[in-house]
Amino acid sequence: MSDCIEPGSTEAVDELDVRPGDPVIEVRHVGTVLGGVRIHKDLNLEVTAGEVLAIIGGSGSGKTTLLRLMLGLERPSEGEVLVFGHKLGKCEATDLAQVRHRWGVLFQQGALFSALTVFDNIALPLRELKSLPKDLIAELVMTKLQQVGLKPEDGIKMPAELSGGMIKRVSLARSLIMDPQLLFLDEPTAGLDPASSKGFVQLIESLKREMALTVVMVTHDVDTLFAIADRVAVLADQHLIAHGPLELVVNQPHPFIRNFFLGHTDRCAAENLRSYRDALHHRDELPA
Amino acid sequence: MFQALFARLGSKQGKPAKPPRAQNVRRFGQGLQNLASHLLDATALLGQVTRDLGRLARHPSLISWKDISAHLYRSGAQALGITALVGVLVGITLSYLTAKQLQSYGADIYVINILGISVWRELGPLLAAILVAGRSGSAMTAQLGVMRVTQELDALSVMGISHTIRLVLPKMVALALSLPLVMTWTSCMVLAGGMIAARATLGLEYVQFLQGLPAAVPVANLWLGLSKSAVFGVMIAFVACHFGLRIKPNSESLGTGTTASVVAAITVVIIVDAIFAVMFSDVGLKA
Repeated sequence: MSDCIEPGSTEAVDELDVRPGDPVIEVRHVGTVLGGVRIHKDLNLEVTAGEVLAIIGGSGSGKTTLLRLMLGLERPSEGEVLVFGHKLGKCEATDLAQVRHRWGVLFQQGALFSALTVFDNIALPLRELKSLPKDLIAELVMTKLQQVGLKPEDGIKMPAELSGGMIKRVSLARSLIMDPQLLFLDEPTAGLDPASSKGFVQLIESLKREMALTVVMVTHDVDTLFAIADRVAVLADQHLIAHGPLELVVNQPHPFIRNFFLGHTDRCAAENLRSYRDALHHRDELPA
Repeated sequence: MFQALFARLGSKQGKPAKPPRAQNVRRFGQGLQNLASHLLDATALLGQVTRDLGRLARHPSLISWKDISAHLYRSGAQALGITALVGVLVGITLSYLTAKQLQSYGADIYVINILGISVWRELGPLLAAILVAGRSGSAMTAQLGVMRVTQELDALSVMGISHTIRLVLPKMVALALSLPLVMTWTSCMVLAGGMIAARATLGLEYVQFLQGLPAAVPVANLWLGLSKSAVFGVMIAFVACHFGLRIKPNSESLGTGTTASVVAAITVVIIVDAIFAVMFSDVGLKA
């Protein structure tokens, strides 16, 4: 799938490839002050290619702000954020454009353009390239629609006609249309009922495997963590109080972590995780 | 139970009130700060717009004609009804009032001069600009504000799509084109209203009015009115976008932002109009 896009720059794709284990995002000594309130103090975090990093933390702990820092939507007051080796806010415009073509973002409320149909929403990033023929765009959009489990006739609907779960799927299709290497998810399962939330997590998991994605997500949902997170970063008191694999983080003594995983500690043991994910994976392969 | 309640009421201590003078100084300071941040943001937006204009000149394929045409339709074609109504009513009022005054001097025929000059030079452009600022300016601010609330602006940013190229410039171009047209339409309507009232009060025939108009109004006034309107259009769209992009992602900010946008747009239009009046005081007026 990943070789069918990247229009007009096929020779550039090779040098832009990241190998598993390469750092994709580097957050270095970042401090943030927003509206006179200190949110982060000396954060250090690295996301390597191919992994799924989940950022958790209480309300107001600055999870979403950290995500926005990584997206360049917010500037850090101190320190720097590098994505694909480029310093956000300090690199060349062409480099920044390049970086933006290599990531996809799923916003919490979907952020679909309400004036455009589902089809046009998904096609927008491709149309902005101004170099793709119409029928190729249509074909790519239809492939993505199918990939996220939507029907071709959903393409003519307006965002206002969609259910919460469908909005997330359309938004996911839009964020994946450029075949990114890096995917940001802001609360992917917030506002979904348990069944669609499980379905959506399965979808992300299968897409992640299929497209070799690096995923950074902010979440509140313990089930999502169990299903896909390779590493967990915990934000509290302006700092990253822990980051590492789930089974290590869960045993930290910090009160926030205790409360967050209350009653789930056993599930986080390595072998339980593995069997949970295998079950999810196999159910995923059953015909829908 | 009531005893407990009263006891609590009694023990409740309000904050010590600050002396009013300190509060006023503080409010004044906050106002200045607010003004400074508006000017700073507006300057940044102006810079960005200028830069993106250069980019568009180099890559004309980036121009979003579709958005321009949509805004042209909404701010131009759809405004024809309301501007016609307001125009005719203002025309009738103005003509009626001046006719009464002129009659007492026996200078009936000068109603054509007064109406013609004031409408093409001042009234038409101002009336059209104020109506369009209220209709389209507020809609533009609200649109950008809602896009902020729903994170659509963020979505555009992370896709690398420029807000100025996709959202701000099409609005500015559309209003620069549509406002002169709306102004022409409104002016014609004011004159039509004036013509009707002049016939009713002074017995001035329509043919006489229409034939007298070109002689009474030098054509420079028409060009002045048209170019003024184009500038007003750009200013209205710019102010609307500036306020729209400043809206914070909450509904209160959306409401206050939209109101402030309309007030600011109308104020800016009147200020710019005064500047025009001084700059072109010797153009198009017979001594």
